[in-house]
Amino acid sequence: MSQTAPSLSSRLRNLEQGPPLLEVRGLKKHFPVDQRILKAVDGVDFELRRGEALGLVGESGCGKSTAARTIVGLYKATEGSVRFDGTELTTLGRGAWRPMRRRIQMIFQDPYASLDPRQTVSSILEEPLKIHRIGRARDRKMRAMALLEAVGLNPRHIHRYPHEFSGGQRQRIGIARALALEPDLIVCDEPVSALDVSIQAQVLNLLAELQERFGLSYLFIAHDLAVVRHLCTRIAVMYLGRVVEIADRDDLFASPTHPYTKALLSAIPEPDPERERTRERIVLQGDVPSPLNPPSGCPFHPRCPKYAKSPDPRCTEVPPTLFEFPAGSRHEAACHLEGRS
Amino acid sequence: MADHGSLERLGLKPEDAERLLKEAREFKGESLWSDAWRRLRRNRVALWSMYFLVAFGLMSFFAPLLPMRNPAAQAPEIQFQSPTLNLGDSGYLQEYAADDKITSEEIVNAYWPEMNSLDVLFVKVRLAVFGSWQPGFWMGTDAMGRDVLSRIVWGSRTSIKVALIASLFSLLIGVVYGALSGLLGGWVDNLMMRIVDILYSIPFIFVVIFLITLIGDYKQALEEWGIDRMVVLYLVIGAVYWLTMARVVRGQVLALKHKEFVEAARVIGASTPRILFAHVVPNVLSIVIIYLTLTIPAVMLFEAFLSFLGLGVEAPEVSWGILAADGTAAINPLRLFWWLVVFPSLAMASTLLALNLLGDGLRDALDPKMRGKD
Amino acid sequence: MALLEVENLRVRFETHHGVVRAVDGVSFTLEEGQTLGLVGESGSGKSVTNMALLGLVPSPPGVVEADAIRFEGQDLTKLSEKQLRKIRGNRISMIFQDPMTSLNPLLTIERQMTEVLCLHKGLSRREAKQKAIEGLGDVGIPSPETRIDQYPHELSGGMRQRVMIAMGLLCAPKLLLADEPTTALDVTIQAQVLELMKDLQKRHGTAIILVTHDLGVVAGMSHKIHVMYAGRMVETSPTFELFQRPLHPYTKGLLGSIPTLHSTPGEDLESIPGAPPDLANLPKGCAFAPRCAWKKERCEQQAPDAERFHDPQSGAPRTSACFELNQLAGAREVQS
Repeated sequence: MSQTAPSLSSRLRNLEQGPPLLEVRGLKKHFPVDQRILKAVDGVDFELRRGEALGLVGESGCGKSTAARTIVGLYKATEGSVRFDGTELTTLGRGAWRPMRRRIQMIFQDPYASLDPRQTVSSILEEPLKIHRIGRARDRKMRAMALLEAVGLNPRHIHRYPHEFSGGQRQRIGIARALALEPDLIVCDEPVSALDVSIQAQVLNLLAELQERFGLSYLFIAHDLAVVRHLCTRIAVMYLGRVVEIADRDDLFASPTHPYTKALLSAIPEPDPERERTRERIVLQGDVPSPLNPPSGCPFHPRCPKYAKSPDPRCTEVPPTLFEFPAGSRHEAACHLEGRS
Repeated sequence: MADHGSLERLGLKPEDAERLLKEAREFKGESLWSDAWRRLRRNRVALWSMYFLVAFGLMSFFAPLLPMRNPAAQAPEIQFQSPTLNLGDSGYLQEYAADDKITSEEIVNAYWPEMNSLDVLFVKVRLAVFGSWQPGFWMGTDAMGRDVLSRIVWGSRTSIKVALIASLFSLLIGVVYGALSGLLGGWVDNLMMRIVDILYSIPFIFVVIFLITLIGDYKQALEEWGIDRMVVLYLVIGAVYWLTMARVVRGQVLALKHKEFVEAARVIGASTPRILFAHVVPNVLSIVIIYLTLTIPAVMLFEAFLSFLGLGVEAPEVSWGILAADGTAAINPLRLFWWLVVFPSLAMASTLLALNLLGDGLRDALDPKMRGKD
Repeated sequence: MALLEVENLRVRFETHHGVVRAVDGVSFTLEEGQTLGLVGESGSGKSVTNMALLGLVPSPPGVVEADAIRFEGQDLTKLSEKQLRKIRGNRISMIFQDPMTSLNPLLTIERQMTEVLCLHKGLSRREAKQKAIEGLGDVGIPSPETRIDQYPHELSGGMRQRVMIAMGLLCAPKLLLADEPTTALDVTIQAQVLELMKDLQKRHGTAIILVTHDLGVVAGMSHKIHVMYAGRMVETSPTFELFQRPLHPYTKGLLGSIPTLHSTPGEDLESIPGAPPDLANLPKGCAFAPRCAWKKERCEQQAPDAERFHDPQSGAPRTSACFELNQLAGAREVQS
């Protein structure tokens, strides 16, 4: 526990300088569904600096997973740009993507579905090395063992199969696979939400430790703000395919700006009876609208408490863009009604 | 050139890695296949069915090697003998066995022309071991005085051959077609599956009758191309049964395609062929095996049915379908030649039952939900 | 007299690979109008406990035994299936995690809701429909008169869960068993549903057993909390005291495991090492011993019984099944 204090400040130092490692601008991903268009991701902007962990938070259907999969090239972007260390990824062909794979990796949500049940751990971990022609067979095997050790598993178990491990252990194997190519950026798609509470903490600790050790950058997708707060130094909140607010962690939790972020923060149940009794909860009305038929203007306006109090025609007509609050800061929100004159 | 730098970056010294690599041998994992095999072995019914099928398969493959009567030799004077248990007599190729100078040609002539050189070799070995001894009519004789027992054993060769070849043929088309359809997706998938739907709606029995009649007319011409009735039979049966296989495989591939481990393979840079052969095919295989064990009995029945109608295997070849046809043809109001119906039916029924039981056992053993349980 | 008294409830599943003791000697009481939080990870037996109360454990392979399950003074273990059916859905009702699987997709909301009323209350179809519409309005469903004629798939997840709750409350039950009622929902919808449950409890005085893995949910909802691990009750306590002074190593570890909005970000979470045990193959002593930081030799030999004691500060009655209870309590004092 004692080493964490300097690690935090060193991470913060990293934030200050340098061009972004990942820069996402106006990213859109639309799927055709029965002659209609599902706008899963509809204009996402953010940047992620080297060594940073950026949390992408939102409720189910907000497009956070689709955004992640589009960034790593599993889906083809409908519109917009994804620049990674100066390279535009959305226009890359399969062949040109391959060298980029060594630098961008992904960790998946479901530890039971993300490992091929018919492969041994060693072939799972060696596959990326094999594909990228790294080392000879024996080196690869040793590397696989080193990876297992790095994620806290017994390296002697490389000949076992995924079904011989528990859920938390499998998630560690998935993490080891993502580490195999020594990437700069790991996209984590809800890596702990399928795990039991006591196991979640193990995996979160491991992810924090690995970031420190290998200087990784994370794009961390989650629905749980508390989990994101724990691991990420910068947080983007998504609603219905768009980023509605993005800020440094402490800033976001201390002064949330967007009405949705406020409601989201107040909705999280906390394991503290005293606080639960006294806190004021903003209970949003209604459900998240379907991305097949999103509301006009600001996608949040039908549920927005602020709009309900003082309706503004801009909210129903013009989709708000991200805007600095206050000007010149790294805290941005997309709202017509908050703070902007 | 070993990349020890990266090993150490990961916190493992090369010498430790060597030691761990040796120690890792102690921890062998159990693959899903060996796990399934372990569970299959605990399923007595499936296991005995498998033993039975293996024994039956060996018997039919080595039929010429067994001391049995000539299945083709006709002797009208001993027609319709009821089953008798006696020790047997000597008569099997007696005239040849005596002087030791039997030629392959003579053996082939004594049976039917379809015997291949391996079968002839078997007959020679049989003559060397058992001489001309042959058992009595343990399962009786048919209308032409032929031994029912040896006809059942020799008939099983044709039935099994047709079942295996036609099933494998349907498997091949079905797996390739289904996997392609599932993997390519989109309009290609749509088109391919509509074709399957159309083929499904064709009453195949009429197509079969039409085709078989057709090749009867062009027999000479076709045989020059190496296409005889048997080949047509394989093709026709295979063509009927691949449809379901294609659907089954497509469904599996579709489900696998969106599994996270396939996405993970793409993220690490795997090519499409690699994903297909390293990840999709091994995971579809268990379903294919289960479906195959259930296709084989269906094909066997279909062959018997066609042969029964006179559209399948032709005399002098013999198959279980032909035996059943002979048996029912011999039924008349005056006398019931029960052995002509009962014994071939028993052989066929027990084989089909064993195949189905084995298929059930395999399904349970390969079911991922049952994994790790017994 | 308590509304519900459960004494020594045991549920085992007799499977091919051995006997699985899903619930092993669980006792508790619940007063009228109170909420009991039943907390544990997957496989802890919390859901099975709930199902056993209503006689819903599938048998075979399940075998349910209990010294007594007294509901309003009546021992449910001695009732016939027919008598139980009269209580189920009427005096005691249940809501489940996934409303999509527990609502019949082929029937309209009206059919499903009125069925219960016609069955238990002997109302006519028209009366029942009127009552169902009121029920839907009660749980905050807008324009219930039109919603009631829709099918489950036409409603959103939050809406379906509300319908489930409305169905659960139709007969004004004394006890509501809620099995992870908000786990499948998003946080903003979860907040709606939890508020609704609290409000309904206040108005109708319904007692609730809330089964969940989320300590945050029970913190705001329940009066007392029972923590289960590997089929046993490891700690029972009033809510406030449990979060202030967890007195079982598992509860302590569980609380340390969750990142909260007020913990120090970036600091290592106090995780519990290892994974929950295989219920078919439990260790000889305390089931938690292999993962426990307080473990002594005795813990591996013998399973501790729940010990009753009074909270050192508030004096509230609590129990904890741990040999090292005194050390734990002492350590807490030193820390705070």
